[in-house]
Amino acid sequence: MLRMPTFLDFEKPIAELEGKIEELRHLSDGGGLNISEEVTRMQEKVERMLRTTYSKLSPWQKVLVARHPDRPHALDYIEALFDDFIHLSGDRNYGEDDAIVGGLARYRGASVVVIGTEKGHDTESRLKHNFGMARPEGYRKAQRLMRLAERFGLPIVTLVDTSGAYPGKGAEERGQAEAIARSIEVCLDVRVPTVAVVIGEGGSGGAMALAATNTVLMLEHAVYSVISPEGCASILWRTSDEAETAADALKLTAQNLEELGVIDSIVPEPLGGAHRNRDEIFEALDNALDPALQELVGLDGGVLRAKRREKFLEMGKKGLS
Amino acid sequence: MSWLDNIMRPKIRGLGSREAPDNLWVKCDSCGQMIFHRELEANHKVCNHCGHHLRISANERLTFLFDDGEFTVIEQPETVTDPLKFRDRKRYSDRLKEAQSKTGTGKSDAIIVAHGKIGGLPAVIAVFDFKFMGGSMGIAVGEAFVSAARLATLQEAPLIAIPASGGARMQEGILSLMQMPRTVIAVEEVKEAGLPVIVLLTDPTTGGVSASFAMLGDIAIAEPGAVIGFAGKRVIEDTIRENLPEGFQSAEYLLEHGMVDMVVPRGELRDTIARLIRHLIRPKATAEVVALPRTREALPDASSAAPADG
Repeated sequence: MLRMPTFLDFEKPIAELEGKIEELRHLSDGGGLNISEEVTRMQEKVERMLRTTYSKLSPWQKVLVARHPDRPHALDYIEALFDDFIHLSGDRNYGEDDAIVGGLARYRGASVVVIGTEKGHDTESRLKHNFGMARPEGYRKAQRLMRLAERFGLPIVTLVDTSGAYPGKGAEERGQAEAIARSIEVCLDVRVPTVAVVIGEGGSGGAMALAATNTVLMLEHAVYSVISPEGCASILWRTSDEAETAADALKLTAQNLEELGVIDSIVPEPLGGAHRNRDEIFEALDNALDPALQELVGLDGGVLRAKRREKFLEMGKKGLS
Repeated sequence: MSWLDNIMRPKIRGLGSREAPDNLWVKCDSCGQMIFHRELEANHKVCNHCGHHLRISANERLTFLFDDGEFTVIEQPETVTDPLKFRDRKRYSDRLKEAQSKTGTGKSDAIIVAHGKIGGLPAVIAVFDFKFMGGSMGIAVGEAFVSAARLATLQEAPLIAIPASGGARMQEGILSLMQMPRTVIAVEEVKEAGLPVIVLLTDPTTGGVSASFAMLGDIAIAEPGAVIGFAGKRVIEDTIRENLPEGFQSAEYLLEHGMVDMVVPRGELRDTIARLIRHLIRPKATAEVVALPRTREALPDASSAAPADG
C-alpha cells in the first residue's frame, strides 16, 4: 500500500527539503549525473532538522504528533508484536464495539490477553472503529476480556489510543459512566499482571478505563490528559483558540507524567516520531514491554492487586518541581 | 429618559427594600415562582410550587440527613496544592482561595466528610460541595474520599457518598484523572469489609465523578431532576448534531434506563437511607468476627501483604 506521507505544520521545512531530495533523485535517474554527495549532505541536514525539532517539541506539537494519522495504532502493534492473535468480540449484553479491539495472543511465546482502543487508518476503518471512541459495549467487552484473562492466569496488555469515550445519546442511555467506572474497577481488581501502554492519545476517562494497571508505559511523544487541550481551552479560556496554551498548562507529556509518577517509563520513539519508522517503534516497544511483564509474571495475584492499589493510592503526593 | 430615572428610581428602590429584601424570598430556578424562605427551609429547599430540588450546600445536606441534624466533621488530610502550578486566565491557587472564602469552609476543598447517626445507626457521609469550583474532584477531594472510606471501615459503618460535581478538576491535570481509580479503590475497600456503599446522586453528577465511585454503589439513589451522565449535553449535541430529548440525563431518565435503583425526594431521603442501612448492615456479632483481618488489610501499611480474598 502506497501512502502519501502527512506532514504536520511544524514539519514543513523538513518536508520541503525531503521534496528536494526526491527531485534530485529523479533528475539523476534520468541524466546520469552524480549527485549522491549532494543527496547525502541534504539527508544529513534533514536528520539534523528532525533531531532539533523533535528533541524540543512543545506540548501542543506532541498532541499533533500523538494524533498523527500515519502513527501506528493498536492493531498495528498487535500484528507486529504478538503472534497467533485471536480476535474476540462482543460484550454479551448489547453489542460489539470495534472502538475497542481485543483477544488472546502470544507474546514472546506466552499467552496473554491484549486489549486496545483502535482509531483506524483510513476513512473506512476509522468509521468502523468509530475513531477510537468507545461506547459502553467497548468497555464492557474490555471487562469481559480482563476477567477471562484472570480466569486463566494470563497477563493483560492494554494499548491506549483514544481521544475519549464516545459522547452519544445511546452511549449515555446504556450507561457510559457505569461502563467506564466498572472497567476501572475490574482493571484494578484482576489478579494477573497488567501493563498499559499509552501509544498515542490518552484521552480522559476513556483512557483511564484501560490504564489502571500495575505498570503504565508511554511512548515518548504520546500525550495523556484529563481533558483535550481544546476542551480545556473552551472551558477555562472560553475559546478553543487557546488550545496551545492549555496544552502547556495541562502538563500532558510523557516527560511531565513520569515526573509526577503517573507513568512508570517512557518508550523512546524513532527520530521524527513513531510515524516515521514503524519497525523501529515496534522494536522499541517490544524491548520495553518484555521487561515490564517479566517484572510482574510469577507474582501472586493478591500481591499484584495490592501493589496496584498501593501505587494509585500513593499517586499525587508530589507536584512538579 | 433621564428625568424619568431621577424621579422614579428612589421610589422603586424604597418600595423594594421595604417589602422584598433578597434573602426573604427565593426565586425557584425551575418555575420562576417566589418562595418564602421559611417555607423553603421547612421543605428541605424543594420548591413548594413545582417540586424542583434546589441545589444545597454540603452542610445543609449533612443537616438534612443525619438524625437531629447532628454530626461530626472530620479533619481532612493535607495534600499538595496546585501541583502543576496551573494558570489559565487566573492562577489556580487564586481560584482556590476565592472558592475557600466563597464557601467559608476555611482550608477545605469541594468535599466534607462527617460521621453521625442515620435512623439510629452509625454512618459516614462524604458529600461534595458544588459551590466549591463546581464540586470538581482533585487530589484533596480524592484524598478526603479515601479517608471517608477508611473511617467507614473502622467504624463498621456504611459509606454514604453524595456527589455534586461537574467532574475532574482540570487545573490539576492528570492528577485529577487519577482520582477516578483512587476513589474506586476507596469504594472497594468498604465493600470488602462487608459494609454497604450507598451513593446518592445529586445535581449534577457528571464527567469523571460519574464514571468512577458514583456508579459503583451497592445502592444508587438519585434526587428528582438531578442531571447525571458522563458527557455534557452540549458536547453530545455537537457530536451527533441533533437535539436531545427533554429530560435527557435526568434522574428520572436514568431510572427508566435502569441506571439507578430509585429516585427519592429530598424529604424522604433520611428515612429511605435508614431503611436501607437496616437491611444491609449485618448484626454486630458477625461483623466483629470478620472485621479484624479485613480492617487491617484496608490500612495502607499492610496493603502489600494483602491476602487474596473476595
